[in-house]
Amino acid sequence: MITNRSFMLRLALYSLLRRRSRLLAALVGVALGAVVLLGMITLCHDLPKQFRDEFRAYGANLALAGLGAERLSLADLAKAKALLPPDKLVGLAPFRYESVRNRLRPYVAVGTDFSEARKTSPFWRVTGEWPDEPGELLVGADIALNTDLKEGSFATIDGRNSRQSRYAKDFRVVGTLATGGVEDGFLFMALADMEAMTGEGEVADLAEASLTLKANDLKAAAALIREKVPKVEARLVSRVADSEANALAKLTYLVYLVTAVVLGLTMICVATTMMTVVLERRREIGLKKALGAENWRVGREFFFEGALIGLFGGFLGSLGGLAFARAVAQSVFGRALFPHLYLIPLTMAVMTAVTIVACRAPVRRAAAVEPALVLKGE
Amino acid sequence: MELILEIKEVSKIYGSVVALNNLTLNVPQGQWLAIMGPSGSGKTTLMNIVGCLDSPTEGQVTLDGLNLGTLSLAGLTAIRRESIGLIFQEFHLISYLTALENVMVAQYYHSLVDEGEALEALARVGLRDRAKHLPKQLSGGEQQRVCVARALINHPKLILADEPTGNLDETNERLVMDILHGLHDQGSSIVVVTHAQEVAAHAERVIYLEHGRLVRDSQNDSLSEEDARKEPGQADVRVV
Repeated sequence: MITNRSFMLRLALYSLLRRRSRLLAALVGVALGAVVLLGMITLCHDLPKQFRDEFRAYGANLALAGLGAERLSLADLAKAKALLPPDKLVGLAPFRYESVRNRLRPYVAVGTDFSEARKTSPFWRVTGEWPDEPGELLVGADIALNTDLKEGSFATIDGRNSRQSRYAKDFRVVGTLATGGVEDGFLFMALADMEAMTGEGEVADLAEASLTLKANDLKAAAALIREKVPKVEARLVSRVADSEANALAKLTYLVYLVTAVVLGLTMICVATTMMTVVLERRREIGLKKALGAENWRVGREFFFEGALIGLFGGFLGSLGGLAFARAVAQSVFGRALFPHLYLIPLTMAVMTAVTIVACRAPVRRAAAVEPALVLKGE
Repeated sequence: MELILEIKEVSKIYGSVVALNNLTLNVPQGQWLAIMGPSGSGKTTLMNIVGCLDSPTEGQVTLDGLNLGTLSLAGLTAIRRESIGLIFQEFHLISYLTALENVMVAQYYHSLVDEGEALEALARVGLRDRAKHLPKQLSGGEQQRVCVARALINHPKLILADEPTGNLDETNERLVMDILHGLHDQGSSIVVVTHAQEVAAHAERVIYLEHGRLVRDSQNDSLSEEDARKEPGQADVRVV
């Protein structure tokens, strides 16, 4: 049983399917738009995560310290760590600074957990080896350049602890650290070595955490630590966090801009094609009007054809867009991308809306067709 | 006798060209009228005005009791849909639709599609077995018959045919004229524009136009010939 509604669908489908060249032109335009749209949305969705991972290479984004002049106790640090989401925590490295000497020359010695420091400071470049045994020392590049403390040498480090008791410990230099920053002028040893050397433990001056969290979530985590562990001052490393947020904001803006431009071009492409279709079908439009079709009915048919093109082109383009996003993620970030299937209907809906809007000018042209003129071939 | 069409002092002027000049014409219900005349005589303009595809510059046209001059664009569209069946010289079938679907298009814009009725209409013009064919798979005569089926599917009060056999051979011309005879016998009012005397000969009444004026009416030859000698604008023929 054919109803008016199914007949309208039939009119639109046959109009498209039996004039394939025009359909193809419009379809390609819409599909390309959909490829870019879905590709960009997918990247936009995944880029922040990808970029957050990339930004971890620039160091920690959360710093923890004792409140005021207080040193940071390792027990409080453990409490603070327990408040951070483990799946987002890349690393948490404590740093303890002591003034020490070697052959009467003053240095700043830094005690840390090297396995964590490698995670929070992936930009550290070590020549030689990382310390992994007690009594091993890493020297800053500036020290190695200007003194005898070089890889393979031995050094006795001495100093006074807070109780003014003297201490001294022998170390073997296993590597040289170069960061291009203040670290190049420090001596690095395991925190346990520093505790054993000074006879004082369970404290640090600073801890750096690296988290793959959005800027707002990072702020929330810092606030939570401040609230739950009052003796710990948690602050965002603004240099890193701000750069990350800025870069992401600019990239997202760029992606939206490109998407808007592509959608605009798609609209122009569809509008041009549909305008050509209207010109080609002037007689058919004139005939329909002569048979009693009102302008709105003729317009509705064109909008409907446009919607079909948008739906179908949007579907084809969505598949292409997923492949496009995956290829970009693989080639640019070297990571696989999870396909977000819910974006397919979303893209189809957007492309349908774009084609419907693009049909407005052609529909106005169709409404202006004078049946008496076109049916006489004028 | 009840009139299907009343044309009263109608003129149509395009810029400096007078296509119709103070034309008056009455057509009773059920009459088969042929309009003849040379190219540029105003035949098509008259057809377009009667078919609600154009409006007169001056004068009044009444179709089935409705003054067309009082109607909006939508009203004129509704008249075309409800009361008029159009047959074109160039058939104007939609190329991507089958013969059956071309007939159903008229139903679709009129009210409700009915495949059975459309098939019956095709059967009336001898094309039931060609219902699923596209226009390009049909001969010129068959295409014209589809056009006729489309024109009659909504039971119009008036059938307007513009050179209905202009593109047909003799055999197909006869077939189409037979169909029109059938429609006329059933009471349809028919207005045919034609150049061909043999087509006009099928009509009950023939009028001749020249330079937009009615110069001869077969129902009242002596009067119209007299009118024909009058100055332009004075040639009024009234048939009641």
